[in-house]
Amino acid sequence: MRERLPGERRGLGRWLVYGSLLLSVLFFALPAWFALVNAFKPLADLQAGNVLGLPSQWTLEPWVEAWSTACTGASTCGGLSRYFIDSLLVVVPATVISTLWGCFNGYVLAKWRFRGVDQVLFLLMFGIFMPAALFVFPLSVVFSQLNLSHSLVGLVLVHTLYSVPVALYFRNYFVGFPGELIKAARIDGAGLWVIFWRVVLPTAKPILVVVGIMQFTAIWNDFIFALVLAPSDQQLVTVGLNNLTNVQEDVPRYNTYMAAAVIAGAPTLVLYILAGKYFVRGLTAGAVKG
Amino acid sequence: MSASSRLLLDKWLPQLAVSPALVVSLVFFYGLTIWVGAVSFTDSEGVVTWNWVGWEQYIRLFADDSWWRSLWNLARYLPLVVGLPLILGCLLAMLLDQKVRFENGIRTAVLYPLALSWIVAGTIWRWLLTPDTGIEKWLIGAGFEGAVFDWIVQPRMSIYALVIVAVWASTGFVMSMFIAGLRSIDDSVIKAAMIDGASKPRIYLRVLLPTLRPTIFSAALILLPAALRTFDLVVVLTQGGPGQSSVLPAFYVFDRFFRRDQMGLGAASAMVLLMTCAMVAVPYILGELKKHRHD
Repeated sequence: MRERLPGERRGLGRWLVYGSLLLSVLFFALPAWFALVNAFKPLADLQAGNVLGLPSQWTLEPWVEAWSTACTGASTCGGLSRYFIDSLLVVVPATVISTLWGCFNGYVLAKWRFRGVDQVLFLLMFGIFMPAALFVFPLSVVFSQLNLSHSLVGLVLVHTLYSVPVALYFRNYFVGFPGELIKAARIDGAGLWVIFWRVVLPTAKPILVVVGIMQFTAIWNDFIFALVLAPSDQQLVTVGLNNLTNVQEDVPRYNTYMAAAVIAGAPTLVLYILAGKYFVRGLTAGAVKG
Repeated sequence: MSASSRLLLDKWLPQLAVSPALVVSLVFFYGLTIWVGAVSFTDSEGVVTWNWVGWEQYIRLFADDSWWRSLWNLARYLPLVVGLPLILGCLLAMLLDQKVRFENGIRTAVLYPLALSWIVAGTIWRWLLTPDTGIEKWLIGAGFEGAVFDWIVQPRMSIYALVIVAVWASTGFVMSMFIAGLRSIDDSVIKAAMIDGASKPRIYLRVLLPTLRPTIFSAALILLPAALRTFDLVVVLTQGGPGQSSVLPAFYVFDRFFRRDQMGLGAASAMVLLMTCAMVAVPYILGELKKHRHD
């Protein structure tokens, strides 16, 4: 890391720097502020026109409502709690399986030379660019024919398959990984699997964390697959939130909607607060390096 | 095991080990794509039927005003949601590079949208942008009687309401990539420029920005395909409305498939969308693979 430029400590330039930064922070933090303060307000506050200020009277009612009693359809009024749990049931297995599988594939692609490796890389990289809107229709047909549309297993499967290109992240990591350990293990007669479990996996911890967080966030935040492929009685949290805020009511309950939005975003936000630096690393780890 | 069969196994094991992944991505990505491609040449409506009609669905697609509307919207949306985050992210990174206080706090406040889904972000923004409930109401309450901020319900402006949210969501990570890029530039480059007597803005624009070209490239490569695929944001913010004013191609594809039972037309539009993505992807991938072979 280089030393930053010696800047003038005060003066017009300094004011300009802090002024523009302050404006940017206000803009970017506005939605977070809006959601949080309004989720603690009684509805009367909002109707009176207090939309950006602090609550005149703090209340937890919108949170309770969003979690357990708000309506997400004409006759379903159980809040987001079930959606939240069903989302976890998909996200946790899909994240673990897709990350470990990607790690194995990436290792094979990086360290074991074989014919056709370029073609495999091409197919995987192209997969990153494919729009999900293309797949949901054929998948919905496949789901109804294979009878997958009645459980969440199919959704775990789809997320795992759609995530096959994460192998590229691991490949990039292992390409820079010293080959001596693997060579030594091979001379000792260890096979592909043994080397993977004993030598590769323990050294891949940093990239496992990066890809694991990325996968958790992507799958938790997915909307289009959840919308089309989840069973009708086990919808996921993004769909639940969208339904909850679109229910026709005499008086729109914005405070409850905001609490619901914060609840639906909470797992990935917490992850971001605890492990923000890994988010950024994930962004730049994708490009293929020699 | 004999030595020769051991050697043979060693040679084939990687292919065997990677083949499940290969088969799966082949079947999943390409099998389904070919199937959609095939459907686009049939007259399928509510269900898939295998009556071949040649290019008819494509002709129908390009005679459809709302498809042209979605392409026109994309043409206005795409440059803004790729260009603005690049410019703003770069500016913010340079400002943060001035030894400012609270750097980590500012970064957190700009980057957190990265963790949120379009649905969560869009739900919040929808109320902020709606005149009766959000910024406009607040402005009027704060004493600006004639304040108007109603892009989301104006057919001529609704696409720019989507742009606001998309720029808000992606500027943070572009900024982070630029900060990482700036901090990895060697000191001597800057010292040499300072000895030449260049002013600070000049150093950033003429000396540092050109060396950040790879960062600009990789950020654009994340933004561009994401923008082409924009679907969730349209659903949560405007449902394509008012009228057809904020429909984007991915939303059009979904709409034909699941809401209007026009399978053949949906498939044709999906293939056109895929070709558009391929125009970005293929040159990039071939370039990357070439680099990889040279090393």
